[in-house]
Amino acid sequence: MSRTSADDAFVVFDRVQKSYDGQSLVVKDLNLQIGKGEFMTMLGPSGSGKTTCLMMLAGFETATHGEIRLDGRNINDVPPHKRGIGMVFQNYALFPHMTVGENLSFPLEVRGMGKVERESRIMRALDMVQMGKFRNRRPAQLSGGQQQRIALARALVFDPKLVLMDEPLGALDKQLREHMQFEIKALHERLGITVVYVTHDQGEALTMSDRIAVFNDGRIQQLAPPATLYEAPENSFVAGFIGENNALPGVIEKLDGDNALVRLANGALIDATAVNIRENGQPTTVSIRPERVEFKPEMMPPDAHTIDAEVRDVVYMGDILRTRLRVAGSDDFVMKCRNTLGQTRLSPGQQIKIGWHPRDARALDPVTTQQGSVN
Amino acid sequence: MSQALDPHAATVAKAAGVEPGPRLTTADGRPLTRALARSSRKARRRAFLLVLPLLLFILITFVVPIGQMLQRSVKNDGFSANMPQISAWFAENPRGTEPDEAAWAALAADLQQAARDRTIGIVGTRINYDMAGTRSLFTSAGRQARNGLEPPYRDAILDIDARWESPALWSIMREASSAYTANFYLAALDRTRNTQGDIVMAPSERQVYIMLFQRTFVMSAVITFMTFLLGFPVAHLLATLPLRKSNLLMIFVLLPFWTSLLVRTTSWMVLLQQQGVINDILVWLGIIGTGQRLQMIYNQTGTIIAMTHILLPFMILPLYSVMRTINPSYVRAARSLGATSWTAFRRIYFPQTLPGLGAGALLVFILAVGYYITPALVGGSSGQLISNMIAMHMMQTLNWSMAAALAALLLASVLLLYWVYDRLVGIDNLKLG
Ligand SMILES: Nc1ncnc2c1ncn2[C@@H]1O[C@H](COP(=O)(O)OP(=O)(O)O)[C@@H](O)[C@H]1O
Ligand SMILES: [Mg+2]
Repeated sequence: MSRTSADDAFVVFDRVQKSYDGQSLVVKDLNLQIGKGEFMTMLGPSGSGKTTCLMMLAGFETATHGEIRLDGRNINDVPPHKRGIGMVFQNYALFPHMTVGENLSFPLEVRGMGKVERESRIMRALDMVQMGKFRNRRPAQLSGGQQQRIALARALVFDPKLVLMDEPLGALDKQLREHMQFEIKALHERLGITVVYVTHDQGEALTMSDRIAVFNDGRIQQLAPPATLYEAPENSFVAGFIGENNALPGVIEKLDGDNALVRLANGALIDATAVNIRENGQPTTVSIRPERVEFKPEMMPPDAHTIDAEVRDVVYMGDILRTRLRVAGSDDFVMKCRNTLGQTRLSPGQQIKIGWHPRDARALDPVTTQQGSVN
Repeated sequence: MSQALDPHAATVAKAAGVEPGPRLTTADGRPLTRALARSSRKARRRAFLLVLPLLLFILITFVVPIGQMLQRSVKNDGFSANMPQISAWFAENPRGTEPDEAAWAALAADLQQAARDRTIGIVGTRINYDMAGTRSLFTSAGRQARNGLEPPYRDAILDIDARWESPALWSIMREASSAYTANFYLAALDRTRNTQGDIVMAPSERQVYIMLFQRTFVMSAVITFMTFLLGFPVAHLLATLPLRKSNLLMIFVLLPFWTSLLVRTTSWMVLLQQQGVINDILVWLGIIGTGQRLQMIYNQTGTIIAMTHILLPFMILPLYSVMRTINPSYVRAARSLGATSWTAFRRIYFPQTLPGLGAGALLVFILAVGYYITPALVGGSSGQLISNMIAMHMMQTLNWSMAAALAALLLASVLLLYWVYDRLVGIDNLKLG
């Protein structure tokens, strides 16, 4: 799975740009290398250009500029049917006038494969998704989850090296979705195929991927393994998009290597790690995960700065206590505490002091209005 | 099928099924089934009252006239009602009996009475349908018989015209002596009865209807195929173009509906006639010589071109409404699975358009089979269809029974077609819009 250089990468997007209307770029300067056998997820809000990237890779859209390479070969001018890429569509796109078996047979027939070979491959693919009994059904006679499996089997039956999936689980309910995430991941590991997966669901991306490319506004905002993405977001969009996040606006007071001292809107000073900040006096957004916020003095590092907070409400969520605080003019600051035996119960209106380890607070670029934080 | 997938649904269905158990009653003790029937009866009655006007309308404007037409195709009492005595003689004496003096007497009496009632023309017309030139036979005999004939009646009548002796005439009179007859259907199929009453082919110079039926069906099939060839790409364009452009295109598609028939026909004449625009262009391009100008109107070609034009929307609209619902991801999926664009079209896209194609083809074919005005205007003599023959019998020969029999055969063939379609494709697969 390890990161690959441009030379031995399986899929390469090299300075790819895409415009539909000649007015605006939907994909802006995309550079991406995907290694053989990697599970790469494109994650981003709706309209960020994920599907467009996938369609360019599949050959249904042409890149306005740049080059896409597959296995070292430039495929810009290769028509879709010659690319040998399996694809799972969001609505499954199972052919409604064919049975499940005929659907699976189709890619084999167009490759001119003999009947015996076809049969064995169809059975193998159906067994792989535990759908062997449904061969003679029509797609309309299957439930959503079953259709999903058939779509998967059809995309895999001709042994493609690369499989693309565009929000394949978007139409399923939560439980089924989680189950299918697990199955897709297991198939990926068993077959050793390369998967490019598109989703707008960060939970899905975090649980399945080797690496995630976070898309926004036609650009990759960060490309990293899930843990890095969550723990070390490189800008405020990623921090806000992945997981729950507290964002405190402020100004850099003092920069000392990676350590930054930030003055918040109400004048309070806090410690943070400088990420994409260069100089004193620069505006910034301090990002901190709710579960890394502490309110007991003994849990904080000795020299850490603390700030005043007022408890607004406490939501009991079973395993955790979710406390909403008023901090430095922000009303939506969230602190999550584990619901352990002897955990201090806070009550609304209570004045407390909160703090955190400077490594957990990241001084990022200031949030602009267009980057709405999800969740 | 969905039931099998959903175990919950199965249990629900079972619970709702009629399990033999204690009879359920309403709160005041009446049987539940009776109470249910009573409560739904009111709703049903109201629904019936709502559709009643439509029912009456259909009954008066559609069912009754068609019933009348069907009746007229087997009933014609022009002879039997006005010639009662000879009709009675035919009824008493079996076929093959030589007309005796009683028969001649009955004929003489009937001729006299019909002449006095001024119905002799009707009688003559009826016999004339089956044997050309006999109308004058009846009218002239009527004129002379008005004041009574002297026995022996055979000689008296033969004195008027020797043709009265013809066995063919007597055979035809026998056929006409009952009000109800299948002879119009026989005639519509180019059959007739000989003097023995057997069904034989009509004389070859009178055999036109089977040929016309054949021509009607063949030309309708050709027209249907043409509308498919021309309409399919247009419907596809309509379904895939951006809305503003497809709206513009839709206006062009519907244009034939909005132009007056005469304007449309005139423009076809301007375009297609031998001194017309198309021939001029062909000559100008040097493709044909001046002497070889093509005859494209007032023949079958003209009928096919003009009817394809007018019927095109009936093919395009159902196709369009089906194509609009076909998700483009099907073709994309096929392509990603390795199909060339032609294979993807042939095996994935085209089969999904079949419900629309079937509906369009059925509509166009049925409309074409009954089309009358366009072939009459641009068809010349070789482009006439069976409906033009029906119109001729309605308006010129006034043989309404014949027109009705032809129309009934046409109706039957359309119903047959409909039935075959239902057997092959299933009428519930039809997508009209
Ligand atoms: N066929 C198209 N024609 C014009 N604009 C398009 C087309 N497809 C997508 N777009 C635009 O490109 C942008 C990115 O779309 P898309 O790649 O589908 O995003 P995502 O899959 O991330 O939701 C959107 O603003 C969308 O409106
Ligand atoms: Mg998308």
